[in-house]
Amino acid sequence: VTTEVEEPPAAPPPPPEAPPGRAPGQAAGLALLRLVGAVVVPLAAFALLWWTFDFLRDADANRLVLAGVALVVGVAGVFLLFWAMNGTVNHLPERFREGVRPYVFVGPALVILAVFLVYPVISTIIISFGGPQRGSEFVGLDNYDFVFSDESMLRSIRNTAGWIVIVPIVAVSIGLAFATLADRLRRGEAVAKSLIFMPMAISFVGATVTWTLIYSFRPEGFGTNIGLLNAVKDGLGMSPTAWLQVKPWNNLLLMVIMIWMQTGFAMVVLSAAIKAIPDEIIEAARIDGASEWQVFRRIMVPTIAPTIAVVVTYMVINAMKVFDIVFVIGNAETNETEVIAERMIDWFFISNHDGRGAAIAVVLFVAVIPVMVWNIRRFREQEAVR
Amino acid sequence: MTLTAPLPEEVEAEAPPLGEAEEVRGGGWFVRITILVIVVLWLIPTVGVLVTSFRPAAVVNETGWWTTFAHLFDSGQWTLQNYRDALDSGGFENALLNSLAVTVPATVIPITIAAFAAYAFSWMEFRGRYVMFVAVVGLLVVPLQMALIPILRLYSGGASLGGVTIFPDLDLNGTFLGIWLAHTAFGLPLAVYLLRNFIGALPSSIIESAKVDGADHFTIFWRLVVPLSVPALAAFAIFQFLWVWNDLLVARIFLGATEENRVLTIALQALAGSRAQDWHLLTSAAFITMILPLAVFFSLQRYFIRGLTAGAVKG
Repeated sequence: VTTEVEEPPAAPPPPPEAPPGRAPGQAAGLALLRLVGAVVVPLAAFALLWWTFDFLRDADANRLVLAGVALVVGVAGVFLLFWAMNGTVNHLPERFREGVRPYVFVGPALVILAVFLVYPVISTIIISFGGPQRGSEFVGLDNYDFVFSDESMLRSIRNTAGWIVIVPIVAVSIGLAFATLADRLRRGEAVAKSLIFMPMAISFVGATVTWTLIYSFRPEGFGTNIGLLNAVKDGLGMSPTAWLQVKPWNNLLLMVIMIWMQTGFAMVVLSAAIKAIPDEIIEAARIDGASEWQVFRRIMVPTIAPTIAVVVTYMVINAMKVFDIVFVIGNAETNETEVIAERMIDWFFISNHDGRGAAIAVVLFVAVIPVMVWNIRRFREQEAVR
Repeated sequence: MTLTAPLPEEVEAEAPPLGEAEEVRGGGWFVRITILVIVVLWLIPTVGVLVTSFRPAAVVNETGWWTTFAHLFDSGQWTLQNYRDALDSGGFENALLNSLAVTVPATVIPITIAAFAAYAFSWMEFRGRYVMFVAVVGLLVVPLQMALIPILRLYSGGASLGGVTIFPDLDLNGTFLGIWLAHTAFGLPLAVYLLRNFIGALPSSIIESAKVDGADHFTIFWRLVVPLSVPALAAFAIFQFLWVWNDLLVARIFLGATEENRVLTIALQALAGSRAQDWHLLTSAAFITMILPLAVFFSLQRYFIRGLTAGAVKG
């Protein structure tokens, strides 16, 4: 077991000042115990898990056995970890117990976050000033220069801008319209809503494959077009189109996939907000002679505006980070459908240029921060209201 | 309580208003037809995949899936062979096992760790409690793209500072443990945040009286707080389960795309790349990846919607 561990930035706080009447040695002992409880015990648990896997890897086990063992070890392991840590605390001298226990409860979370999120953020920023590989030298702002001058990168920024404008607007508009109209149905509202929401359960990969069937294309003379869009064109007597290669409109076709997946989310959240509007307000407006459109425009929309804002930001963030759809469709550079997150993976994972990949990630991070901060704040306000 | 506003089912239980208002609210043909058109548009893609996946390869290649509706009862139009092919030759059986071995622990681990932390943040007194909680919530802003390169480097090569190893080279790349930890970290900030909101809102009288009865924190957590928090735990569990099950990026980077290691989403992506015109295989494979999420969706819709809407702030 390694005990040389990086001090987690957010983890155990400095040793508390000794309360009056307690010997300084005792306070130092308490601080040490806290550190041990919060850091060393999870590390020991981790080492045990790792050893199990290393053993399994060498044993060249059957996949079914391996998957089964992994499942049991993973699920049971985390319970055992806390149980064992708590048991250890119970064996401490009584005066230490309740001082150490909280750090045992929060320790694992803080250690994992420190190693897997805090350290990487710092590290990615450093890597973004370096070359392609680990240990290559400092290149200053070259990678950032690349991000804002490379033709394909610039296109990815343009495309991402399109995604963050078009996807939220269309998805929220359809979702709002659907929620408002479905609210008036006498029967079948729940069924209609769940059918619209269903694509949200599917993976991006599954959804993309689903839509490529609709967009699929065969040149004339190479068989029937089994894609819905080209079949319609065929029925109208027109020749088929290779939809996914029509620049720049192919970008819109990819956005349709995300709109299809996320409209249900907007619809469900907005529908809940609409139902929370007190009936008296709407009835009063109707009695005063407001038309249905006016009720919608002047009463419903302003009342649920905060919810609309939350939904829009959620979608903006998702659109900023869109990756799977473009990646699965493939040939992003030829088809000019690049987006920022897809470029990041392309440079880091496929072209093996860590410096550029990291720089793109940092640009994405900086772009996401303000939207995310605003979103969390709004989310908290909403929770406070409830 | 914390997660979202009232759900459709709950609201619908109220009796509809009667009388003249009903005429206005009931909506006319316009409402019904618009709703119907949108629903049909939204269903077409899924129905297309479903129907195609049950048609023989030769038929799939010659006619569009919609033509099946003209001869629904012709047995030559239907087959299960595509699913057999996808599971056997497409390597989807292996991928299904991998997906389960990744997803179940990657759901249970973060939720357990987060629940303990949330309990401590809510009901235990200790130094730095508020600062730590704010730091955890603050990590919601980090997009996972920021974490990929350093974690991959940690997994294959470790990390050292000035010649001193601070993270040993454990060769975690391509192991289940490696991907669980990554998913755990990416899910933790949201889990801690949501669970703390819920657990912190439990009535303090319950916890105080348990303390008076001599229960220690572990017992209170395990016997009292966990059972009371089932709605929040279930909502987050479903959210995380779907997130991990449907994930392509994290699995691709930390588990890899080898035939042995890949999960369902990667297997499907590989198939879409290598056999893009074999629609009978692609559609059945796509449907295999969707079965579990759809089953979860239709059986646990209430928690599901709660989980997804609460997940609106995931980084």
